Amino acid sequence: MVKATDILDEQPILEVKDLQTSFFTEKFEVKAVDGVNFAVPKGKTLGIVGESGSGKSITSLSVLRLIQDPGKIKGGEILFKGENLLDKSEAQMRKIRGNEISMIFQEPMTSLNPVYTVGQQISEAYMIHQNMSKKEAMLRSTEMLELVGIPSPKQRVKQYPHELSGGMRQRVMIAMALACDPELLIADEPTTALDVTIQAQILELMKDLQDRLGMSIIMITHDLGVVAETCDYVAVMYMGKVVEYASVTDLFKNPKHPYTVGLLNSLPRHDVDLGDVELNVIKGSVPSPDNIPTGCRFAPRCPFASDICHEKLPHLEQSEEGNQIRCWIYTDEWDGDPEVNVNDQRST
Amino acid sequence: MREEINESAAQAKAAPNPRIVKIKNFWKKLTSSKSAVIGGILIILFVLIAFIGPYFTPYSPFDTDTSNRLVGPSMEHWFGTDNYGRDIFSRIIHGMSITLYVGFFSVFIGMTVGVLFGIVSGYYGGKVDTVIMRFMDILLAFPGILLALAIVAVLGSSLENVIIAVGIFSVPVFARIVRGSTLAVKKLEYIDAVKALGATDGRIIFKHILPNVASPIIVQATLSIATSILSASGLSFIGMGAQPPIPEWGAMLSDGRNYMYDATHIATIPGLAIVVVVLAFNLFGDGLRDALDPKMKN
Repeated sequence: MVKATDILDEQPILEVKDLQTSFFTEKFEVKAVDGVNFAVPKGKTLGIVGESGSGKSITSLSVLRLIQDPGKIKGGEILFKGENLLDKSEAQMRKIRGNEISMIFQEPMTSLNPVYTVGQQISEAYMIHQNMSKKEAMLRSTEMLELVGIPSPKQRVKQYPHELSGGMRQRVMIAMALACDPELLIADEPTTALDVTIQAQILELMKDLQDRLGMSIIMITHDLGVVAETCDYVAVMYMGKVVEYASVTDLFKNPKHPYTVGLLNSLPRHDVDLGDVELNVIKGSVPSPDNIPTGCRFAPRCPFASDICHEKLPHLEQSEEGNQIRCWIYTDEWDGDPEVNVNDQRST
Repeated sequence: MREEINESAAQAKAAPNPRIVKIKNFWKKLTSSKSAVIGGILIILFVLIAFIGPYFTPYSPFDTDTSNRLVGPSMEHWFGTDNYGRDIFSRIIHGMSITLYVGFFSVFIGMTVGVLFGIVSGYYGGKVDTVIMRFMDILLAFPGILLALAIVAVLGSSLENVIIAVGIFSVPVFARIVRGSTLAVKKLEYIDAVKALGATDGRIIFKHILPNVASPIIVQATLSIATSILSASGLSFIGMGAQPPIPEWGAMLSDGRNYMYDATHIATIPGLAIVVVVLAFNLFGDGLRDALDPKMKN
């Protein structure tokens, strides 16, 4: 079984260390990403899961340094192939964006410029990074469309985004992102806006392209189903922090953090008959960013929370099994029930 | 799954080119408005007159004929003659090109500068935005004609300076409109997408934002031509613009003012000419706005 510790043995293409990204309003600072650590091994897929507002999208935008005012990357390191992206100049970053690290977005409906044909938009990547002529770029764009499985690419390349369906547009987005053969692809909820059958097609396509092109992927999603299908490793985020980091098999078989368990419990199952039981929910809601709990961020909603959880923030620590967990239960300082087993709570 | 895709591909081939459909829709909407059609036809007519009219005028616009001063409209002089005996019809025809020249060029100046300011202001935001927009506010705080007067007073009175002055005071109007549209467009995901592709700011601004904010610019430009013509005529009227004997309509109107009781036509005819041209641009601009505004579907 692959353990999260093994990740360190493989050469990671991207390593994020203690990343902090905040948004500044007039009155207070919202720490959208608050000390996030993770690594993406070469050729593998890392899933980042979390609720809305957990900071997963901001993390990905931070990697490309695309955080806009009033947001700011406050600290940490983003090591891409060993080089800190936060030390790069804007011009150097532009050479990396789209060329070495690419991104695809959630809404295929609005991610393409309505006034240009899809061919012109894919060509742009070639024209920016490889100084290709328009003609040559268009030829390569047609090839890319074929690669992402769009039928009759010669006709499609001349069409406008509004002539394509959502799934087709997402394929175009993928073609655009992969045009310059990047080493890392960040996919920000690439299937959220698509219906289920198309979702499956897109995920299959991404996996297939990963096998062929050998890139690494960061898959940002709130859908654990997508994670199970596509990822090798998973980072679970809650309120700007990684609460659990594990290989995908570990995470689903043996989740450690009460939040992860809660997420898994709220997932409907179709393979096990649970009878008439209602689907579990995580009680309460994410606290507002101006009212962050002093202790563990999840403590107010955690069914196991004891005194220490409300007082002190746990660290992300290596567990015996190799997962990284941010929870007091797995430390010596745990002051609650010593026999507690988070997995007992699992209903599905 | 394959079948499904192939089917949609077949449909796509059957569908007519959307660009043509779009243009057709726009054309249909534009032509369904009577005022826009009238305005459009008049503008085309004016442009034709401006280009070829001067070759067909019965008299030179500068030839004086002291024996035929202040003559009213007749078969010989369609619009009569002025206080120097010059044929007003010929002068109006020659003045047409001056009027359009002033209108188009001043708007061109105002539009270029205003769009640039607006798009930069909206795209970068923050301090850049504050500085540019406060400067625009200052320009807007002056009554347009006063500002133009001040500029002409500094630069000296000539037709070229009037164009510059009128151009400058239409800058803030364009800047505001473009800034607003830019703010809306830059939040769209495709701008993030091209940023993530490594595009430079210049590329994003000119290639991706500008075409998407074009329609309000076009509408404003048409409407601005009307106001610019009016302001330029106003400046010439008070002697700050075209200098005699140039057949500029504002200046002609000003000349005729002294003979209002003896020969009303000298002042009325250039005045009417200005009204008709301004009206044509306004009508066309309104029609254009209705046709380009997606919210106004009827």
